[in-house]
Parts: sequence; structure tokens; C-alpha cells
Amino acid sequence: MVPEQMNHLAAIVAALGPGEQKYLSQARQMQALSFAVHIPLVAFGIAFPAMILFVESRYLRTGDELYRTLARRWSRILAALFAAGVVTGTILSFELGLLWPNFTGTFGSVFGLGFAIEGFSFFMEAIFIGIYIYGWNRLSPRMHFASGIPIAIAGFTGSLTVISVNGWMNHPIGFRYSHGRVTDVHPLTALFGNSYFWHELTHMYLAGYMVAGFVLASAYASGRLGGRWGRYERTALAVPLAVATLASVAQIFIGDWNGREVATNQPTKLAAFEGLGKTTKGAPVHILGWYTDGHVEYGIPLPRLLSLLAFHSTDATVKGLDAVPSADRPPVNVVRYAFQTMVGIGTGLALLSVVYLATLARRKRLPESTWFYRALVVAGPLSVVALIAGWVTTEVGRQPWVVYEVMRTSEAVTGADVIPVGYATLALVYLALAAGVAWVLLRLSRRST
Amino acid sequence: MHLYELPLLFALVGLALYTVLGGADFGAGFWQLVAGRGERADEIRDEAHHAMAPVWEANHVWLIFVLTVVWTAYPAGFGSIASTLSIPLFIAAIGIVMRGGAYALRAGTRTAGEQRRVDTVFAVSSVLTPFALGTVIGAIASERVHVGNPGGSLVTSWLNPTSIAIGVLAVASGAYTSAVFLCGDAIRRGEHALAERFRNRALGAGLAAGGAAIAGLIVLHFDAERIFRRLTQGVGLPALIVSVLAGLATLALVWRRRYEPARYTAAIAVAATIAGWALAQNPVFLHGLTIREAAAGHDTLVAVVVAILVGALLLFPSLALLFRLTLGGELRDSGQPSGGAPVRSRRRALVSIRLDARLSVAFLVAGIGFLTVANAQWAHAIGVVCFFGFILSGYRAALPADVVDAGE
Ligand code: HDD
Ligand code: HEM
Ligand code: HEM
Repeated sequence: MVPEQMNHLAAIVAALGPGEQKYLSQARQMQALSFAVHIPLVAFGIAFPAMILFVESRYLRTGDELYRTLARRWSRILAALFAAGVVTGTILSFELGLLWPNFTGTFGSVFGLGFAIEGFSFFMEAIFIGIYIYGWNRLSPRMHFASGIPIAIAGFTGSLTVISVNGWMNHPIGFRYSHGRVTDVHPLTALFGNSYFWHELTHMYLAGYMVAGFVLASAYASGRLGGRWGRYERTALAVPLAVATLASVAQIFIGDWNGREVATNQPTKLAAFEGLGKTTKGAPVHILGWYTDGHVEYGIPLPRLLSLLAFHSTDATVKGLDAVPSADRPPVNVVRYAFQTMVGIGTGLALLSVVYLATLARRKRLPESTWFYRALVVAGPLSVVALIAGWVTTEVGRQPWVVYEVMRTSEAVTGADVIPVGYATLALVYLALAAGVAWVLLRLSRRST
Repeated sequence: MHLYELPLLFALVGLALYTVLGGADFGAGFWQLVAGRGERADEIRDEAHHAMAPVWEANHVWLIFVLTVVWTAYPAGFGSIASTLSIPLFIAAIGIVMRGGAYALRAGTRTAGEQRRVDTVFAVSSVLTPFALGTVIGAIASERVHVGNPGGSLVTSWLNPTSIAIGVLAVASGAYTSAVFLCGDAIRRGEHALAERFRNRALGAGLAAGGAAIAGLIVLHFDAERIFRRLTQGVGLPALIVSVLAGLATLALVWRRRYEPARYTAAIAVAATIAGWALAQNPVFLHGLTIREAAAGHDTLVAVVVAILVGALLLFPSLALLFRLTLGGELRDSGQPSGGAPVRSRRRALVSIRLDARLSVAFLVAGIGFLTVANAQWAHAIGVVCFFGFILSGYRAALPADVVDAGE
């Protein structure tokens, strides 16, 4: 490139630079709100198609109409949730530009490919959902079943590409950055040659099965408490619950792996998880408590556990928050409580799952205790809380960086000063959407009785 | 054609498809809005809803496609557009949420009254969204967006004669193409009376869209001189001519009740308009920013182009299948049961569920060993596979045998 052009480009980038940041915190809350709405919906996009296909495959094997009825009703629920997932995802796509134009403007060439590929997953998902939902009566049963397979695959590839972007934001590689410009960009390396995203993908994928599984099971469990408990309901409860319980057991170990990856790659985030003010040899874990002045007050300490968990040695040194200047630290209590919430719920769900699996292994039938079903009713909403808490852990824990140690969130934010109005509008619309979706789900489930 | 123009070409193809297909979905919403009240109006609304239900999500993805290609391949341009035009983009996004929400809600409605209320939300947002997106195009075409965060006025960049003209044109042409498509649809279902009613609407909307297009050109003459000149005298002229001819041909075909060919000429008219705009605007991306300057680096462009080409290999056959089934009327939910169930009750040798459970436990133990105890990356990869093995092999054992006969 000729120098003149270089200068021109430098001027362009300077013009794009950080806007006025009056509304940074509203922008962050708006982003958070939009994720909190989108992510529970996509849990269903990830896991629900496979469950429906399993039930339909039972129908193909046995010809038992019960399975067909169940798969069909579920596919209608999937359609409604998918529509809500599509629009909330669209909001997110707009927001990446609307709220963080300097992030997209500067790094779009590095991470954008992930979303461009994801677009094709969405196409596949949308096309085959159209065929699957509206083809129940028209396609031959085998063709119909086959038309559902791409939906399940696209749910996986879609999350793979989005999470590769998130992995890159947490562990940015594949480019050089100087004076606000990226050069030497290798998007494939950045997204897929990145060691950091596999643990996130695995963890999120299992979380999708847990959330979809427990939420469905919790709906049918509350039906049981209300006296609806035929073979249809038992099947509808067992199919999602079986996979959710297995995933919960696995999730404990996958989550532990996530923690170790964070410990190696983002020590400050790990320090925020545990409220570790000072770099410590043989660092402890605290349960509950409150972080102030560089340490956790009123917490229950478990000595040396952090060193053991993070580095497999009770003597290992764990970096504290004091390793970085205070301007580079995330808001510790938010991250810490989000993390504790996720782990607490995850442990609880895993225990519940062990109860279920043990009953099945011994008695080959569903548990009979009413307490089990009461616990299931709460498990659904709790799994959603864990999902969102997990993302808060990751995203808020990455702060103040939007691209870890490269660009600050405050540098990425838009200069347009209409954020508060947008935020209020979006909140209202989402409230209406949530009420609407709840109403539809209620209607659809009532119709099934 | 240079490498740095190729992604833009794809994005424009995507935009054209979105305008034709997505635009017709919005148009269907327009007809719901102006359907009025009463039973006959409900017929219109129902037809409009059912015709687009299986396809609107797929059609909507074209918009996502355009967004992601532009922000990947022309990031600096995208950043400036998103920041300067944040208001109309946000309005469009909210409109999309309300539309999708209304679509999801319709599944739960029971009475005609409930349905009408949901359809109204749907319809209002169907007009709002294309109008807002049209103003965005107008802002870019009249070079009111500069490079910057924001680069230009947040208000007049999209509330100006060109933007409003293109916004109106977007609504009108959507209504037109959608009425044309709905005529064909109604005929295919043997609803001849309904087809006549859509025919009248198509003719009316066609004239309105033509009027809007002419008015738009006049506005461009005063408000966006460069584009106007290149559109009427320069590189854009052939496209403009094609668009006018295709628009007229559509009117004539609808007049003669030849709805199938009219479907394609209507699409050509819309696509040619977009092509004309693109040719006239080339090589300017935004005010003071050429396409070449806006483009990302070489590797990114190559990766985007390859990804799109590979994706297209999957996408187009699937789309063809969807449209073949929809146009063939196969995706109508008529509520009749399908022809008999395929009973395949070949009882396979009973695979012992107990074996499954043991295998599953073995996977779990191996998974813990490789993922939790070991530290090497390759071990972690094996560990993750083991955990998935644990879930898959354990699944049958985790189902109560008296409820789901998972094994045969
Ligand atoms: C149903 C949901 C759910 C459950 C039960 C758990 N998690 Fe989780 N967790 C998530 C859902 C989630 C997630 C999908 O929301 C996150 C956000 C980012 C990610 O990759 O997964 C996450 C992130 C996340 C991170 C941060 C990863 C990063 O920043 O890169 C760690 C360290 C853990 N989790 C650890 C755990 C542990 C030790 C759990 C044990 C009980 C656990 N999680 C249960
Ligand atoms: C690609 C996948 C991504 C996922 C799954 C994800 C997930 C999330 C979630 C769940 C939150 C909510 C945190 C909360 O409730 O406080 C959040 C917050 C946030 N995300 Fe992300 N994110 C992703 C990508 C991005 C991108 C591309 C940006 C662009 C800049 C971004 C910037 C932010 C910011 C600024 C916040 C607010 C943080 C705060 O309040 O401190 N994230 N994200
Ligand atoms: C945890 C991270 C995320 C996961 C796992 C995820 C996954 C999915 C899935 C599976 C769908 C299909 C729709 C559904 O099933 O409801 C979807 C829809 C969508 N997502 Fe996300 N997503 C995530 C975050 C994001 C982010 C950060 C963006 C954009 C910046 C985004 C944009 C979209 C869009 C545009 C759609 C609609 C696609 C369509 O039109 O069909 N998602 N997402």
C-alpha cells in the first residue's frame, strides 16, 4: 500500500475511534439484557431437536401413535421458541454494531467470519424447521424424520461458530494490533486455531441439554403434582430428564476443566471468581461471604482448595487481583456471586441427577417420591439461572476488556447518545415478548391435555 | 472485479434476495394491516399468514447474512453505518422482534378476536421495518453517512427526502410483490375468488410502487445528485431500464392472470433496482470512503469468499427443497393425518441395557481420568469424547423401561 493511502486509512480509523462514553453502563446492561433473553431460548435450539427426533424415531420403530403425538406437539413448541430465538438473535446482531461500533469496526475482519459461517447454520436451521414443522402430514414418515436431522446439526454448528467468537474475545490471537488498527489478520487461526474455545463450547453444549431437559421435565413434573400423570406425561418427562441428568453429572467435570483453562489463560478472572486479593501460595476457596479490601469477609474458607483445583497441587501459587492495576480488574463481587451461583446450582442439579440415575439403575422406573418432583419443578428455572450466571461469570469476568488485554469495553462503545431511549424500549419490548411467549407455551401445553 | 469487491457482490445478492423474499413477507403483513374487518378480511389475513409461515424464518436469514458479511469484510464502513444510523436500525430491529413475537403468538390464539389483535401487531411492524431499512439505504445512497462514531447527524442522516422516498418505495414494492405471490398461491389452492381479490390489490400496489419509484427518482435528482446522474445517464441506466420493463411486464402478466411468470418478473424488477443503485454508487462505500479502503485484509476476504461459496453449496439445494415443497402446496398444515404409520416392529436381539450402563460408567471413569486428572491437551480431547460417550451410552439405561421402550 502506498504511504498516502496508509495515512488516509489511519485517519479513517481515528475517526471511528471511541465515541463519547456517557452511557457505557447502559450499553453494557442492554447487551446483558439481550443475552439473558437469547441464551435460554437457544438452549432449546441446541437440545430440543434431538429430543424430538428421538421420540419420532420411537414412532418409526414401534408405530405407537403416542410418540407421534408427543413429537408433533413438541415440534410446535420448538417452532414458537425458535421464532423467539431468531428475533432475539437478530437484536444481538444489530447490537454488535449499534452498541459497539468500534469493536466491530476494528475487529470485524478478525472475528466476523465466525458469524458469517454461523449465518449458514441459521439458514439450515430455519429452512429445515419450516419443512419439519409444516411437513408432518405431507412428507413420508422417513423423509419427515430425515428433515429434522439438519436442525439438530445446525444447532451444534451454530453454537460452535458463535462461541468461537467468544473464545477469541477471551483469548485473542491471529492478528497484530497497533495504533488502533489490526494488520496481519488470520481469521481461521483466530477463531478455530484457538485453544480457548473448546471448553466453552463443550460446557455450553451440555448446558443447553441441561436447560432444555430440566425446563421440560419441570413442566411435566408440575403436571404430575397437579394429577396429570398418564403414559404420555411420563414419556414426556423421562425423555428430556434422562439426558439432562447425564449431562449434569458430566457438567461437573467439564466445569472444573473450564476453571483450569481460566486459571492458565485469564488469571485475573480466576482471582475474581474467588475474591483472591493477593497472589497466594496454597490459595483457599471461600464459600459465600463478600469481597472487600482485597479479601473475602464472612466466607467459609476451604484451605488450599483453589490451588488444588486450578493447578492440581496444594502448594501452587495462584495469581491474585493485585497482579494487575486496579483499572484492569473486573467487578469482583458480581463475578464471584455469579460463579458461586452457577457452581452451587450445578452441584445441586448433579445431586438430584444422581438420585434419579440411582433409582433407575436399581428399580428401572421413575422415582415415586413427591419430593423428587417438587425438586424437579424448581430445577428447570434454576438451570436457566445457572446458564445466565455462567455467562455473567465469563463476560463480566473479562471486563474491563471487550477483547482481552487488547481493547477496553469503554473504547468499543458507540458515540451515539440515544442509548437510554433504546434501552428502555428494548426492555419494554422484551417484557412483552416474555409475557407473550409464556402465554403461548401455556396455551400449547393446555391444549395437550 | 477485484477481490475486495467480491464480498460486497455477495452481500448485494443477499440484499436483493432479502428484498424480494423478505420484502414479500413484509408485504403480506401490509395486506393484513389494510384488510379491514369482518370475515372476508379474516380470509385475507389467514391466507397471508399461511403462505409465509413455513418460509419467513429462512427469508429473514438473508438480512443476517448481509449484516455479517458487511461487518466482516468492510468493518470500518459497518462501524460508521451502525453508529450513525443507530436510530433507524434500532427501529427495524424492534420491528423484527415484534413481528417474530406476533408470529409465535399466533400459534396460541383461539378466537378470531385474539388472532386479529396479534395480526395487527404483526402488520404494524411489517410496515415499520421495511420503511426503517429503506431509510438506511437512502442515507447511504445520499452519502449522508461519513466515517465516524457517529459520522453524521443521528437524525437528518435518515430523516431526509431520499431516505423517506426509499422507505416508502420499500413498503410499496413489498406490498406489490407479495400480492403477486399471493395470487399464485391462492390459485394453486383453488381459491379463485381470493386470487381475484389479491389480483386487484396487486394491480393497485403495482401502480403505487411505480408512482413511488418515479417520485423517488425526482427526489434523487434534487437530493442525491451523483447517484441520480449515474443512474439515469451512466452505468446504472441499463439496470434502471430492466427494472422499469420488468415492473411493467409484471403488471401486464397480472392483468392477464398469468401469476407464475409474474412472480419472476416481479423479483427481477426489485433485484434490478438494487443492482442499479449499487452500480451508480460504486466505487463509493460511504462519504469519503471507497470500497477498497473499507475492505478488510486479504486473508479475511479470501476466508469470507470461500466460506460463502462452500455455504452456498449447502444452502441453495436446501432452499430449493423448501420452496419446491411450499410452492407445491405440500407444507400446508391441513390437520389430516398422514397415510398410515410405518410399523417396523422388527424386534432386534435384546441388547442388554445392563451392558449399556456398564459401558457408560466406564466412559465416565475414563473421562475423569483424561479430562480431570491428566493435564495434556490431547488427553483433554479424549476426555471430552469420553464424556459424550458416557451420555450417549448411558441414555437408554437412564430411561425407565416401563415408559419408553428404548431398547429392542
Ligand atoms: C446449566 C448451566 C451450567 C451449569 C450447571 C454449570 N455451568 Fe459453568 N458456565 C455455563 C453454564 C453452566 C455457561 C454456559 O453459561 C458458561 C458461560 C461461558 C461458557 O463457556 O459456559 C459457563 C462458564 C463457566 C466458567 C468460565 C469459563 C470461561 O470464562 O471461559 C467456569 C470456570 C465454569 N463455568 C465452571 C463451572 C463449574 C465448576 C460448574 C460445576 C458445577 C459449572 N460451571 C456448572
Ligand atoms: C459470542 C458470544 C457471546 C456470548 C455468548 C456473550 C454472552 C454474554 C452474556 C450472557 C452477558 C451478560 C452478562 C450480564 O448479565 O451481566 C454478556 C455481557 C456483555 N457482553 Fe458478551 N457475549 C458474547 C459476545 C460478546 C460480544 C461480541 C460483545 C461485543 C462487544 C460482548 C460484549 C459484552 C458486554 C460489554 C457485556 C456487558 C458486561 C458488563 O455488564 O459488565 N459480548 N455477554
Ligand atoms: C452463547 C452463545 C450463543 C449461542 C449458543 C447461540 C446459538 C443460537 C442458536 C442455536 C440459534 C438458533 C435459533 C434458536 O434455536 O432459537 C441462534 C439464533 C440466532 N443467534 Fe444466537 N447464539 C449465541 C449468541 C449469539 C450472538 C452473540 C449473536 C449475535 C451477535 C447471535 C445471533 C443470532 C441470530 C442473528 C440468530 C437468528 C438466526 C436466524 O435468523 O435463524 N447469537 N443462536
